[in-house]
Amino acid sequence: MRAFTYQRAGSAADAAAAAVKPGAKIIAGGTNLLDLMKLQVETPSYLVDINRLPLDKIEDTADGGLRIGALVRNSDLAADPRVRQRYGVLGRALLAGASAQLRNKATTGGNLLQRTRCYYFYDVTKPCNKRNPGSGCAALAGFNRIHAILGTSEHCIATHPSDMAVAMRALDANVETVNRDGETKTIPIAEFHRLPGNTPEIETSLKPGEIITAVTLPSPPPGVQVYRKVRDRASYAFALVSVAAIVDSTRGRIRSARLAFGGLAHKPWRVAQAEQGLVNASADTATFNTAANAVLEGARGFGGNDFKIPLTRRTLHSMLAEITRT
Amino acid sequence: MDEHESNTEPDAPNAFEVTRRTVIETGTAALLLTTLPHAVFAASPVDDNEPPPPPVKVELQINGHSHSLTLDPRTTLLDALREHLALTGSKKGCDHGQCGACTVLIEGRRINSCLTLAVIHDGQSVTTIEGLATGDNLHPMQTAFVEHDGFQCGYCTSGQICSAIGMLAESRQGMPSYVTGDLTQPAAELTDVEIRERMSGNICRCAAYPNIVAAIKQAAGMPT
Repeated sequence: MRAFTYQRAGSAADAAAAAVKPGAKIIAGGTNLLDLMKLQVETPSYLVDINRLPLDKIEDTADGGLRIGALVRNSDLAADPRVRQRYGVLGRALLAGASAQLRNKATTGGNLLQRTRCYYFYDVTKPCNKRNPGSGCAALAGFNRIHAILGTSEHCIATHPSDMAVAMRALDANVETVNRDGETKTIPIAEFHRLPGNTPEIETSLKPGEIITAVTLPSPPPGVQVYRKVRDRASYAFALVSVAAIVDSTRGRIRSARLAFGGLAHKPWRVAQAEQGLVNASADTATFNTAANAVLEGARGFGGNDFKIPLTRRTLHSMLAEITRT
Repeated sequence: MDEHESNTEPDAPNAFEVTRRTVIETGTAALLLTTLPHAVFAASPVDDNEPPPPPVKVELQINGHSHSLTLDPRTTLLDALREHLALTGSKKGCDHGQCGACTVLIEGRRINSCLTLAVIHDGQSVTTIEGLATGDNLHPMQTAFVEHDGFQCGYCTSGQICSAIGMLAESRQGMPSYVTGDLTQPAAELTDVEIRERMSGNICRCAAYPNIVAAIKQAAGMPT
């Protein structure tokens, strides 16, 4: 681990001011950042600890939603009675991620900001445009079983590893931020994570020194909420494909559906056309196939991950059939 | 309260004293030299080629005792316990939060002590495997692991036991898991499937899992 100066932030605006210093990084749970610092993938010279800031509350909002402080731990969010009653897809997604020890540490803001688990991003001896812009992408022709099939570029085929963010994408969450001048901003989660393009090192729309203070959820949409994660182990493994689905249906007819996908792209993936095609549609194989075609429009494998295309199709088909069976 | 002396030279070795640990570490280092490429050494926890950062003062309540330490801010909680306080019960397995051997309880909650900095926990209470027994009386979870043979080599055991104690507390608080059938119900019954899912952050390479589950059930007061 490279040397850094440690500072505890007194307020979110303080932290934002400190975070604009060259080489500064914010640390909260630290479960991803310290992992990367040990490998010298991350080499901050200045570490700003925000763990003591009062951002650990979950509050009801006036419109029937929830405001989740950036420092609410993943385990506490999953256990919150309001999440369990009204945002089951989020609770399930949180519980599908990592291990209990990590969830006790990992925060809401940090989960959104976690880095990819691409092997070549982690291996400092290999080219990686995300870690070292301009050095190339070793995954393109490498071992790319876990990599993206949608929204990729010739510069990066990494995926975003979060389960939580996928559920939040389906729930149309908003990310609240503050900068060093104390100015607040609300970023829709659809615009929060970026596609790699030719700058895969820039992963979010956060500006330098902009700190996440909370994530807000609108009141839950009607329908059944399901999170399904397909992975190599039954527990404690990242998703190959995951789906957050919120489907309102009755007697074999779908009224509305929201579908967000993890493990497929550099950000949680959601396709409006796929969801529109499910509105007032009969819950049958033809409908499910049409939805899967829309989700997978433009999908491309890189050899090792070709299987993700049929796997996504089958996972979506299986979920929609199960949800609409009653 | 026993105040420990401040350690201003965190990385100073202990003269020429040879212990079982130094022999094991030397052996491990020799093994690493023969099997890993040079780049791995560039990624070692402390890079000796640069000046150390300003030290930080850290107060920790460990197993009921107050400890004052002066540490390189890079010191993980695990290294603070093992290298600075000689509490070597918490093990360093992967050092990346993947194996659970370093599990300790902070304010009663289980975490991976390898993936946090000691300074972050300034002023907090830490319980390690060394703090579970009362005198010669083992903690019920320790007794259950002995009675059910919940280990072979024992390297993961202190992490397993601390994790299991944290897990039972979470379960008693009604916290759900991924396999909990109905999230809207306040508490899930602690079945074998629940225990296995909730303990998935602790790897046992000897695969003593059936006996670990049995031990946890005994400690939880369930039929085994």
